[in-house]
Amino acid sequence: MSWAALLALAAASYALKALGPVFARRQAPRPAVTRVLDLVAIPLLAGLILVQTLDGGERLTVDARVPALGVAALLVWRRAPFLVVVLAAAATAALLRAI
Amino acid sequence: MSVAAHAGRPTAPRRAITRDALAIGVAVGAYGVSFGVLAIAAGLTPAQACAMSILVFTGASQFAVVGVIAGGGGAVAALAPALLLATRNAVYGLSLVPILRGRRASRALQAQLVIDESTAMARAQDDPEDAHHAFLATGVSVWIFWSLGTLAGALAGEGLGDPRDLGLDAMFPAAFLALLAPQLRRPGAPTAAVVGGALAVALVPLVPAGLPILAAIVAVVPAALAARRAVAA
Repeated sequence: MSWAALLALAAASYALKALGPVFARRQAPRPAVTRVLDLVAIPLLAGLILVQTLDGGERLTVDARVPALGVAALLVWRRAPFLVVVLAAAATAALLRAI
Repeated sequence: MSVAAHAGRPTAPRRAITRDALAIGVAVGAYGVSFGVLAIAAGLTPAQACAMSILVFTGASQFAVVGVIAGGGGAVAALAPALLLATRNAVYGLSLVPILRGRRASRALQAQLVIDESTAMARAQDDPEDAHHAFLATGVSVWIFWSLGTLAGALAGEGLGDPRDLGLDAMFPAAFLALLAPQLRRPGAPTAAVVGGALAVALVPLVPAGLPILAAIVAVVPAALAARRAVAA
């Protein structure tokens, strides 16, 4: 990744954060607007989860990442801490690839 | 405001808020370690990983960038979903306007601290002064521990071998699942997740890396309609 792309991302992220604190008048946005913007992250996260589990470089593949995601889903459902979820997924994939 | 607060000594609730803010910071620091390791696995230098945590400072977007780059996507394909994920910070910033204090220059500095954790902690307080304290304490604590965690992970990541042998590629979807799960209770959220996920997967064989994730954003349209029906019902 280039430094230029990194700094551009930093500038754009800051601009989004600063929109309210620096520029807005002292009132919160309308609930309808908040409701739609609150939903933006959800399809992106769902897309990231599935694509990064099944992506085999321009085609779909099923490998050790699939059972790893299954273990992660079980742990998320059991309300395990973030680090436990992530490490258990890595350990599952690493073990399956080692055998 | 109490006498103790005027004397410059934190009141009991303030101390409890500060303690919680530190605990959240430590937890996020552990999460920063995994970001540092994954950033190195995706080809970033330790300096870039740390600069991203200090300057960009918004977790899901940072994971998205290194995830797309690790999957072979270019800078534009990596930045677009990251920025869309960061739009929720704009919503947070707007929702915090009533509790932020200070002149515009001071608020411009505080804006960097607008993230999931600081907003959630501020919203959990009844008193506006407490809310501002919770926002600042949580934001500063998370900023410091997230950056230190990234540094530790980046340095550790340099000594690791093939990221696939260690299952590091499986950490990305697990991390995103842990971020997504608490949001699924919102009206329209299940529609957004199912439509977005299906669309992204269907596009993997058809379009360049990174674009399937970006295209998933289209799912906000049926999701917003579903949410409106749920609210109206």
